[in-house]
Amino acid sequence: MQKFLTSFLHSLFESLRDLLPILAVIAFFQIFILQQPVPNLGQLLYGTFLVVLGLTLFVQGLEMGLFPLGEAMAFAFARKGSLLWLLAFSFALGFGTTVAEPALIAVAEEASKVAASGGAITNSAEAMERYADGLRYTVALSVGFAIMVGVLRIVYGWPIQYLIISGYLGVVIMTVFAPKEIIGIAYDSGGVTTSTITVPLVTALGVGLASSIKGRNPMTDGFGLIAFASLTPMIFVMGYGMLIG
Amino acid sequence: MNESFNLLHTLSGTIFDVLPIAVIIFGFQFLVIRRPIPNIRKVLLGFVYVLLGLAFFLDGLEIALFPMGKLMAQQLTAPAFIYGKVGEAIVAIRWQDYLYVYLFAATIGFSTTVAEPSLLAVAIKAQEVSGGAISIWGLRIAVALGVGFGIALGTFRIVSGTPLHYYIIVGYIIVIIQTFFAPRSIIALAYDSGGVTTSTVTVPLVAALGLGLASTVPGRSTLLDGFGLIAFASLFPMITVMGYAQISQWQARRDRQKQIRTGG
Repeated sequence: MQKFLTSFLHSLFESLRDLLPILAVIAFFQIFILQQPVPNLGQLLYGTFLVVLGLTLFVQGLEMGLFPLGEAMAFAFARKGSLLWLLAFSFALGFGTTVAEPALIAVAEEASKVAASGGAITNSAEAMERYADGLRYTVALSVGFAIMVGVLRIVYGWPIQYLIISGYLGVVIMTVFAPKEIIGIAYDSGGVTTSTITVPLVTALGVGLASSIKGRNPMTDGFGLIAFASLTPMIFVMGYGMLIG
Repeated sequence: MNESFNLLHTLSGTIFDVLPIAVIIFGFQFLVIRRPIPNIRKVLLGFVYVLLGLAFFLDGLEIALFPMGKLMAQQLTAPAFIYGKVGEAIVAIRWQDYLYVYLFAATIGFSTTVAEPSLLAVAIKAQEVSGGAISIWGLRIAVALGVGFGIALGTFRIVSGTPLHYYIIVGYIIVIIQTFFAPRSIIALAYDSGGVTTSTVTVPLVAALGLGLASTVPGRSTLLDGFGLIAFASLFPMITVMGYAQISQWQARRDRQKQIRTGG
């Protein structure tokens, strides 16, 4: 019990250290640049305590739950030997975790406003909702597709740089043709798709696959799934903008 | 009373976010794999920890950091702060007037990235897989430097009104050139670190900064210019992480040469 307590206190301390830079930045600007007192100091301290506690629990749960689960799934699929089921799982994981992502829902709503003000769609609530939903499913499809391609890459050991660089070329070419209003949103959509729960799971899946398939190196082949998941949405969103606009 | 209700609200939101993931994983587990998950009780307990942890984390951010961070972003971008006088007509925008905004962008980007849980998860895994060659803190600081620089450059872009895609395309070209020279083992991880930087902590603060700037700088539109900061934050970590690996490789080589010279 005492051992558990000291290790918990230790990780609490580590989380606090992770948070200190933010507190320092806020305090510095508040006191020296804006020259205003810190409002609601009690609230700030209470919130910081919650953040520290939350980060500690998250890291504990990561090592106990998400990492072993992602690895166990990877080993099980590797043992089963069915590529088709593995790909189906990868697609479902990418699509399912993205479609309900709150950050994506927010970005899609913003995008529908941009499209309405740019005249790509009529300025009605119904048209905007249809546009936002369409965009959300487009991004979710693209992430499902991305995880699938990323897993195929791990299975066959393709070098990642050729795939990613061709993806970048795709982004650059699409930028030339896509409507100007969609570009900022498309570029941003790459960053918002990967949530805090998806990242550890997908990373553990990739590393697990690379370590259970003969001839793959977990370091060079195991990572990279997130990279695909942040690249394809840019291409798909610009494509969506061209199709609708 | 009100506070515990908020926490419950955040918790139910987190559970709702996790639901699709749980359905997919357990669906495949029972229908396709048909093998028990090893240590299922520990894994489930871990899931509960993750859910509770995220709920506390998000709720704490809402209480403490987001309101202040957003308020500060507004105050720093307000014309009254930048030009000193209220109501005076702004003749021309000078990018030099926004130095504090760039400084805030760089430091807030750096510090929120250090606290980003997704990045921590990837860093833990990278340290484990690389056998300690990549340290948790080394990776986190390399990524955070990239985000800080990226967001500062992104705010400069909004102030100066230059097109987003020029920056991004030049960034891509740098990434591609670095890819040829970086150690092979770092490439996939470097590409990944672009995507993990921007989630729970960074996005809301950065979005507030971008929208605040785009709405106060004359001639910018929130809809057209407010976006793009996240793209900067996902691009530059790739450059800094590969740079970090290149520098460590170069140092290792130099040390080895020194050893050979002194030894022989």
